Amino acid sequence: MSAFLSALGDYAFLQTALIAGLLASVGCGVIGTFVVVKRIAFMAGGIAHSVLGGMGAALYFGFDPFLGALIAAILSALLIGTVRLSWKTQEDTLIGALWAIGMAIGILFIAKTPGYASDLMSFLFGNILLVPAGELWLMAGLDLVLVSTVALFYRQFLAITFDEEFARLRGVPVAFFYLLLLCLVAVTVVLLIQVVGLILVIALLTLPAAIAGHYLHSLGGMMLLATLLGGGFTSLGLALSYGPDLPTGPTIILIAGAVYVLSALSSHFLRRRLAARRARAA
Amino acid sequence: MPKAPSQTTGSGPIVQIADVSFSYGDALVLEHVDLCVERGEFVGLVGPNAGGKSTLLKLILGLLEPQAGRIRVLGEVPSQVSDRIGYVPQFPSFPRDFPISVEQVVTMGRLGIGSSLGWYRAADRAAARRALDEVEASDLSKRRIGTLSGGQLQRVLLARALAGEPEILILDEPTANIDQRGETDVFDLLATLNARLTILVVSHDIAFISDYVSRVACLNRTLTCHGTSAVDGDAIHQLYGDRVRLVDHSH
Repeated sequence: MSAFLSALGDYAFLQTALIAGLLASVGCGVIGTFVVVKRIAFMAGGIAHSVLGGMGAALYFGFDPFLGALIAAILSALLIGTVRLSWKTQEDTLIGALWAIGMAIGILFIAKTPGYASDLMSFLFGNILLVPAGELWLMAGLDLVLVSTVALFYRQFLAITFDEEFARLRGVPVAFFYLLLLCLVAVTVVLLIQVVGLILVIALLTLPAAIAGHYLHSLGGMMLLATLLGGGFTSLGLALSYGPDLPTGPTIILIAGAVYVLSALSSHFLRRRLAARRARAA
Repeated sequence: MPKAPSQTTGSGPIVQIADVSFSYGDALVLEHVDLCVERGEFVGLVGPNAGGKSTLLKLILGLLEPQAGRIRVLGEVPSQVSDRIGYVPQFPSFPRDFPISVEQVVTMGRLGIGSSLGWYRAADRAAARRALDEVEASDLSKRRIGTLSGGQLQRVLLARALAGEPEILILDEPTANIDQRGETDVFDLLATLNARLTILVVSHDIAFISDYVSRVACLNRTLTCHGTSAVDGDAIHQLYGDRVRLVDHSH
């Protein structure tokens, strides 16, 4: 840990990695809260995995994989959202199919790209240490888009996550805001892929918000706490993995997972004790 | 405290249903239904399960389109005026464990009023407080929605509908999940609200609601209307068949 702190002062790539983690945690707090309360983790997983198609294509045709990921994520969000809105009965099957098709396309492209085999691992499991400093501005820009869109349309997002039927009756264009929300999920997925890779994205998208939900009962509060937790997990993961030279993404996820399990257990026991105390006092 | 309804649409009927039929696939649910609800009426819509009550409500709310016939609410196509209708669903269409307070749920009734950007304004929160006052649920405002009992939740959903300052109130089985005492409370409250609002309430309990409503519409695929005094054995017989009349009379 102290080795990490002294190295942080010396190496620019560590500073970049730390900032990238903090920038990604804004998305994981704000949008992760929606994913958890609206229970669309499976859809978010579908979006995250099908992104490999875009990254593979970007690699093959020689443009920035970050851009490829962003385009693929938005496309797959719109596709999955439309599937959910119009074919309700087969929703899970179709999302599962898109999930796998996206990955298959990506792997074919990567296989046919000469000399890039190591990229597959960093797409799948992320490598926060390889984030180029210039990409931080792009990440900050995406954060700004996320936060300002949610702030501007807070009412509509709250309404469609809470009660779609009522929102429709009150004249909210539910389909539009539903697709917009999924696009924001897509942007968040791309932010988080930089940090933990597309396979582990789903954990950072759900665990911090779920932990916040154990203690707080308002969306705003959950967003704030989940952002702080996300920042804590990525920074701690970076620090702990540095000394023993462990891969950072999985370290971050294990920390988040451990805190989630502890929090779920302790909040469960706290609630039971509280209830028992109330019953005895009565 | 209660405000007069905004008389924007003049004296025309509030709900006008002319020769409406509707079917889901093969099953014909509504057949040549006519119904006209005038301003200030308190209409009870009764009928057996699967008799088409919920479908008719969805048509009036603009959630479904009639396949034949014509529906006008406040003189317009229903989906155009859905924000002037206060709707209280039978079952809450949201997850009970959602992290949200009663106050915030009621404020959501203000959707579509004024600016739609950003957070709700002070005026919206004030309207929500007035609505909670009106249903005598102000003490619940800070409670989490998931901690309410069935009767409390029903009041809160009514407050959400009232917060939007509707001209007509539509309730689907408002007393299905509460006990008899609560049932009387809810209908007393509706009777008070009827002073300024047109009310359409769906119920399966014909005997109970006839004490309150001014007119009963009986729906079993086709629709027949009665003044409350005319809801006698014959009407019930026609609607539910012979066996049910016996049960109803022993009530």
